[in-house]
Amino acid sequence: MRITQGCFSFLPDLTDEEISAQVEYCLARDWAIGIEYTDEPHPRNTFWEMWGNPMFDLKDAKGVMMELEDCRKANPDSYIRMNAFDNARGLETVTMSFIVHRPAVEPRIIMRRTEVDGRSIRYTHEVAR
Amino acid sequence: MDEVAPVSIDLRAEYEESGVREVLDELDRELIGLAPVKSRIRETAALLLVDRARARLGLSHDTPTLHMSFTGNPGTGKTTVAQKMAGLLHRLGYVRKGHLVSVTRDDLVGQYIGHTAPKTKEVLKKAMGGVLFIDEAYYLYKPDNERDYGQEAIEILLQVMENNRDDLVVIMAGYADRMDRFFSANPGFRSRIAHHIDFPDYTDDELGRIAGAMLDAQGYRLDPGAQAAMAEYVTLRRAQPHFANARSIRNALDRARLRQANRLFTQDRPVTADDLCIITAPDLRASRVFSGGLDPDSGRSKDDAHGL
Repeated sequence: MRITQGCFSFLPDLTDEEISAQVEYCLARDWAIGIEYTDEPHPRNTFWEMWGNPMFDLKDAKGVMMELEDCRKANPDSYIRMNAFDNARGLETVTMSFIVHRPAVEPRIIMRRTEVDGRSIRYTHEVAR
Repeated sequence: MDEVAPVSIDLRAEYEESGVREVLDELDRELIGLAPVKSRIRETAALLLVDRARARLGLSHDTPTLHMSFTGNPGTGKTTVAQKMAGLLHRLGYVRKGHLVSVTRDDLVGQYIGHTAPKTKEVLKKAMGGVLFIDEAYYLYKPDNERDYGQEAIEILLQVMENNRDDLVVIMAGYADRMDRFFSANPGFRSRIAHHIDFPDYTDDELGRIAGAMLDAQGYRLDPGAQAAMAEYVTLRRAQPHFANARSIRNALDRARLRQANRLFTQDRPVTADDLCIITAPDLRASRVFSGGLDPDSGRSKDDAHGL
């Protein structure tokens, strides 16, 4: 099941050139870029693993693309996303986030019903493989 | 991409349009002396312009190797020229951003196992799209210590210099003889560096003009007595140890300004604008260079002692 979160996720997957162009856009605005990955794409999972520290002081997208390449090599079956941090408010704020890599087979998200308090129903979502 | 290749290219117009001319003119204006360096840069610029024209006519598609080595004594303008070179390569479209990242061994080599690779990569990422300037590059290689982490940095550098030729240009700088030894110990670098530019020492006359330009930029000037003292200073200073060309001159001027300020402060009358701008002979002649010894401040002035 195709996971949709962050920018561009309703579009076809971005090519490397397109990712590069997006990164250039971020760098031109002095945003720092962080790469994160996870095997747990549940929408409530906001804590993805960091692939190194966010990258500050870069001038060119190539530096980010090299890290992305390394991250893909190390985690081919994970989701990888890029976060852009804006420090205009005095703290690093995530201002843009988009998925740049998906596993070959994406897990499904299924819904579970639980009966509680008599016949009341609670719903929850789970990632199933 | 069905763009039809043009039949002919006007190199002269290219030269004007790309802004290469501006950079070269700037180089001529701002840097005193360095004639061989300037002519080498002109040649390189011509080569790159021609290469670019060739690529546009569909004659060749290889990115030329642009990594360079700048050799010369301290204070001969290597960093300044590297800055201009970055601008030049950017105008010609050989680097995308044209910024200069200046590093030394400390920025590339780590302290413990596993520290070097991330550190070197960090620097390389910052240099992408621009020029990486490695000052005193021979310190990367320490033959007497086989477990030195410098070797690891060298390997990563070599790999990037080969694989990312479109993304960054590496300029290595340092003393001529030590760079030669460094290159012979690391043949990988020798074969990947196409342009070797040698920076000659400045002549006494050029150093005098550099002093004038430096003072001009700060809004000071020398009175006639001080001009004679300055010329003498240059000759004497050159014979003494730790002479670092333009950098020695800058330090001497800084100290002269200090003495001038002291002199003005201790005298008992109001100062005029002229008083504040003029450096007199006694300001310069108080330097220990004139009494035969090393400059009294050189022990404290890290910059000068560093410029071995």
